[in-house]
Amino acid sequence: MARNTFSMDSQPSLNKKMGAVVKFLDRLFREKPLGAVGAVIFLIMLLTGFFANFLAPYGYNEINPLEMLKAPSAQFWLGTDALGRDVLSRIIYGARISMIVGFSATTMSILISVLIGITTGFFGGKYDLIMQRLVDSWMIFPGLVVLIVAISITGPGLWNIVFILGLTYGIAGSRIIRGATLSTKEEIYVHASNAIGASSFRQLFRHILPNIMAPVIILFTTRLAAVILAEATMSFLGLGVPPPTPTWGGMLNEARGYMLQVPLLSIWPGVALTLAIYGINVFGDALRDLLDPRLRGGLSSYSDSIAKST
Amino acid sequence: MRTYIIKRVLALIPTLIFATLIVFFLIRMIPGHVIDLMLSQQDISADKVTRQKIEHELGLDAPVHIQYLRWVSGVVLRGDLGRSLWRQTEVWKDIKTRIPVTAELALMSLMISLLVAIPVGVYAAVRQDTMLDYIGRTVSILGIAVPYFWLGTLVMIYPALWWGWSPSVELIPFRENPLGNIKMFLVPAVILGLFMSAVTMRMTRAMMLEVLRHDYIRTAWAKGAPEKIVIIRHALKNALIPVVTLVGIQVPTLVGGTIVIEQIFSLPGIGLLMYDAVLQRDYSVISGLMLFIGLIVLLINLLVDLSYGWIDPKVRYK
Repeated sequence: MARNTFSMDSQPSLNKKMGAVVKFLDRLFREKPLGAVGAVIFLIMLLTGFFANFLAPYGYNEINPLEMLKAPSAQFWLGTDALGRDVLSRIIYGARISMIVGFSATTMSILISVLIGITTGFFGGKYDLIMQRLVDSWMIFPGLVVLIVAISITGPGLWNIVFILGLTYGIAGSRIIRGATLSTKEEIYVHASNAIGASSFRQLFRHILPNIMAPVIILFTTRLAAVILAEATMSFLGLGVPPPTPTWGGMLNEARGYMLQVPLLSIWPGVALTLAIYGINVFGDALRDLLDPRLRGGLSSYSDSIAKST
Repeated sequence: MRTYIIKRVLALIPTLIFATLIVFFLIRMIPGHVIDLMLSQQDISADKVTRQKIEHELGLDAPVHIQYLRWVSGVVLRGDLGRSLWRQTEVWKDIKTRIPVTAELALMSLMISLLVAIPVGVYAAVRQDTMLDYIGRTVSILGIAVPYFWLGTLVMIYPALWWGWSPSVELIPFRENPLGNIKMFLVPAVILGLFMSAVTMRMTRAMMLEVLRHDYIRTAWAKGAPEKIVIIRHALKNALIPVVTLVGIQVPTLVGGTIVIEQIFSLPGIGLLMYDAVLQRDYSVISGLMLFIGLIVLLINLLVDLSYGWIDPKVRYK
């Protein structure tokens, strides 16, 4: 018992964690209804992407030469494109590509951000100085410029995009993690673990990292939206995931060729993209309000309590 | 102030050195490969002579550090950004002729974004939780969610279908027809401006809400200052500082946006030059442009930093 009290690494049990998730969802739905809407949109998109092959009425590259550029009908709910492919099916498979790119590139970017951020923040000194100048220099190049230049070198392709997006956003995001690390490393518990002789590695990964999870999670949601949008932008420019893979940006690009004959073709992928970005952003905002300790209780509940007290 | 400026400019030197390294190694990461890509792109048979010739022209036959030094000294000493691999034109001249288009687009977009974001942000904060606040906030969230390239495409389609109106494809020079020129840039600038205004509006609103709770605002109210004075002179001036920072942060987004917008509306600016260079894999144009864009972003951020002293009397540079 006594040992347990003094152990600084006692992990909350699984039950406790589940309880926290339930509590979080409860707060999300009660305090942030808009965020809950976002979470639902996000979940729908995830499931659509995951079960695309069950949901899509046709294959994403099923060409019907006799059904080119058809208007929406009972057979093709959203019409067909220039090759006679069902637009709805391509939108559904597009969700899968957005999700694959979004999650893998975001995960990679977060790993890079955390790795650079916590080490520069924790160790400081010359290493920090040099890394910060490097990050500075990297950030003077607009993300889109770096992305299209890098793609011109590696050539287009799904995993090339993921890698480049992850790298670009990862370096930029390291600032936020570094900032969080700088303030966390001055906490008494970190000094305490240092005093009892914990190694740097242990301090970093057992004490600092778990305590900066809030900014990491927030960074994840904001990055996810940005990454999905960036992939769409690049596919729109014809520099993203190459056809025939269905991507929302790529579909918008293809639709430009027939924009005056079949204007509806440029509507659907845009709507899907807007909904997805909207959902993730709104959910991310709610998440930030609920997770960031400085905002805990939230500005709105704070002003509510003032309003009630006066 | 002067010593601050000198210090700030000196601090740019390491950033600049790293920036040239990034451009250099990003482009030259796979030198042999680059030539293969270029040759396959242009359907030139890759015989030994052309290969060596291109290698020599690119200076790729020298050791890497010599290549780097050669390139950097060319840029620094002679302002020489190299020559286009295909057109043989000087990259700097290509950029120079295209600066006005992109500068006009970017400035107009920035102005529109501020003209929308600041009044709406201030109003939403002053009248918090009213209908207008909700509308402003919803629109700003949508402004972030609706991809501007989609909006750009829609603008190309629907006005053409409904009213037979489509944006001009040919550049109208300002000197010949100022009104036509502004009209031409207005639509792309509004699209890019609205996209950027969303974030600025949210920031303005949040900052105003924070500032409006301060004691000096209560004092201003208490001494009977009219609302206009309280809001604009006391609150807005203090709320604007983070907004100015945000505008500095948005500059890369703005530059990235011009690439897409120029491509949609076929405006012959720097963005389109970059896009075409990427499609043609014209690596000397790409590296020259990248460095140029980086420099511009760096300079604007320097100006933003220096402007704090002017906006915020609390900031005194020593």
